[in-house]
Amino acid sequence: MRKVTLAVAALAALAGSLALAPEAQAQARQWQTVRIATEGAYAPWNFTVAGGRLDGFEIDLANDLCRRMNVRCEVIAQDWDGIIPALVAGKYDAIMAGMNITDRRLETINFSRPYAGGPHGFATLKSSPLARVAGAGTIVPMGEAAASRAAIDALRTALRGRTIGVQVSTTNANFVNEFFKDVATIREYKTTEEHDLDLINGRVDAIYAAHTALVATMENAQFRDMTLVGPGFRGGLLGRGVAVGLRKTDPELQALFDKAITEALADGTISRLSVKWFKTDIAAPQS
Amino acid sequence: MDLGFLWEAVQRIVPGVPVTLQLAFLSVFLGLWLALALAIMRLSRILPLDWLARVYVFVFRGTPLLIQVFLIYYAAPQIPGIRSTWAWIYLREPYWCALLALTLNTAAYASEIIRGGLLSVPRGQVEAGRACGMSGLLLFRRVTAPIALRQALPGYANELILMVKATSLASVITLMEITGLAHKMISETFRAIEVFIVAGAIYLLLNFVITRLVAALEWRLSPHLRRVPHAPPSIDALR
Amino acid sequence: MSLFDLLGLEVLGFGPRGWGWQFLAATGMTVAVSTAGFLVGTVLGSLAAWAKLTGGRVVRGTADAYTTVLRGIPDLLVIYLFYFGGSTLITAINRDWFGGQGFVSVPAFVVGMLAVGVCNGAYQAEVLRGAYLALHKGEIEAARAMGMGRWLAFRRVIAPQVLRFAVPGLGNCWQLCLKESALISVTGLTELLRQSFVASRSTREPFLFLTAGACLYLVITAVTTVAFSYLERRAMRGIRRA
Repeated sequence: MRKVTLAVAALAALAGSLALAPEAQAQARQWQTVRIATEGAYAPWNFTVAGGRLDGFEIDLANDLCRRMNVRCEVIAQDWDGIIPALVAGKYDAIMAGMNITDRRLETINFSRPYAGGPHGFATLKSSPLARVAGAGTIVPMGEAAASRAAIDALRTALRGRTIGVQVSTTNANFVNEFFKDVATIREYKTTEEHDLDLINGRVDAIYAAHTALVATMENAQFRDMTLVGPGFRGGLLGRGVAVGLRKTDPELQALFDKAITEALADGTISRLSVKWFKTDIAAPQS
Repeated sequence: MDLGFLWEAVQRIVPGVPVTLQLAFLSVFLGLWLALALAIMRLSRILPLDWLARVYVFVFRGTPLLIQVFLIYYAAPQIPGIRSTWAWIYLREPYWCALLALTLNTAAYASEIIRGGLLSVPRGQVEAGRACGMSGLLLFRRVTAPIALRQALPGYANELILMVKATSLASVITLMEITGLAHKMISETFRAIEVFIVAGAIYLLLNFVITRLVAALEWRLSPHLRRVPHAPPSIDALR
Repeated sequence: MSLFDLLGLEVLGFGPRGWGWQFLAATGMTVAVSTAGFLVGTVLGSLAAWAKLTGGRVVRGTADAYTTVLRGIPDLLVIYLFYFGGSTLITAINRDWFGGQGFVSVPAFVVGMLAVGVCNGAYQAEVLRGAYLALHKGEIEAARAMGMGRWLAFRRVIAPQVLRFAVPGLGNCWQLCLKESALISVTGLTELLRQSFVASRSTREPFLFLTAGACLYLVITAVTTVAFSYLERRAMRGIRRA
């Protein structure tokens, strides 16, 4: 028994020493190098190409923003499910990983102004009976209760008893858990690439993700049987746009990013990069 | 330290305990039979069987379990035609994929433990059994197996604990056992350290209980090794 | 034209579309982080074994707690704790004791090495303790009788024999180490497993790349098994087998 008492005491001591969260720093900091985390598994926002190099919309954008902020940039890959705790733990200084601004995240971290947006929706296989659900091509703003309720109810009927794949810890997961948890089985994946694979493998009947990511997946020959289904949703639960995630203790860095993003939106750089990577302009509104 | 949060974490993570224990015990139980077959193949003196078992053990002990789990879960569906067979009913579910990976993995380790146990049965005991007229299955059941089991038990207890720990890898294929639930909670609260400490304490407690249970079983199975409870009887008492 | 091109597996080769160099580098990383972790584990394991054998109540209790906790919780959790907790702790120490500013980041390699080392040390401690207990008491007494001091006796009599008895057990610990190193992939260090998974996801060819990764692990295992059995034979030379 003594061993266990000691073991528990050791764990508690470890816990106590680790709970000393870093407090706000008194002095403003001069930024020379900014380490930016991305997921590296969320094409075309950010992904890894042969040779292990990171590429994508957010990699291009990060380089552009860093040039504007006159800092050196270091983009590193980090698993999505630990991306916020590791930011808080100081592994890097910013997150650019297709992350939407939500109230929940704002409790822990800060965000710059949004740089992009875009609808989210379901995808399924063309051969699936689900593929017949109407509404493809329309966009439903989550702010408008009546319209979104009708669209969601139609999907709830279609998805009853089915399995839905979604990436863990995302606004998409919040959306699916909020509206479909009681009618369907929800399976949460570490990456979107994994739920894509499981859709064509037949382990899930539908997946819910950003349209940009789904469209990019469908361009691969292997995924040609995939199709978007139902309307796209935006706003409300799905967040207020994709932005740079930052620690609450770094207001100067936030100011730098805000300024750089405002400039990049104004001179059309973000629209240009968006068209390059997504074939459509999903740059955030300028004001 | 926020005790309220820790308690909330306990309540959120404990529901994963049955899945963890189920995976660990089922895989060890199923793995035992496979391990027995492998050990017998190794000791069969039939060269192809011996080598088959050797290769199996080498492959499953020589690669990380995580890669085995990933291979079974993500690569198996790519085998042409597999999705139209009965196997797909099981491989479709992450639970059975995890169980399969854990079973195949533990069988490789356990076969070595069993082989060691079988080899440790003293020759004299087997000869004594033969001299009493026992042969084949009877000899195995009455003499070899009990002694080998007793020898292999500590190693097996270790294996059970290793498997309880190994189930944490099932979380990478969407299974909601202890580590999976811990991950989910972190992704909602972003408080990694506290949640992982709670999860660690739960694993520790489980393994402590298992260790005690096996120690009790070991004690029961080895009366001949126990100290005599009373003073040896005097000559008078024997009269 | 390489072998891989002939087999139609250009993606595994060393060309512009191939992942060959990355896999080679990742294999090197796996070997490096496992070796570094193993050595950290040897240091911790020796200390813990020594504490268990000769320490007082408190020292022995601490060593017991270390081996019990670390063998009782999954390595994956230990690695996560190190990853998320390590920098927070060091940053706090740097601020409180050295008046430092800002975050101290710990390289993923160091995090991995320490996490693997701390896990592995708990196993090595038991192996080393067992090896010490296998030593004949008479040998130590003989050394004392020859007038050797503690250190000299340790260096000439105890250490060589403990190492000899420990070689097979340490070989198992090395295997564990290699497999623990695969879990480091969750921290973003590009070792063999992470490389296999990154490649399989970005090409969506899990079968090919995970199998390639598994084969490279087998190569490392095979090479190190041969090395350890050589060591074992060397350590055992001069000992007659029963």
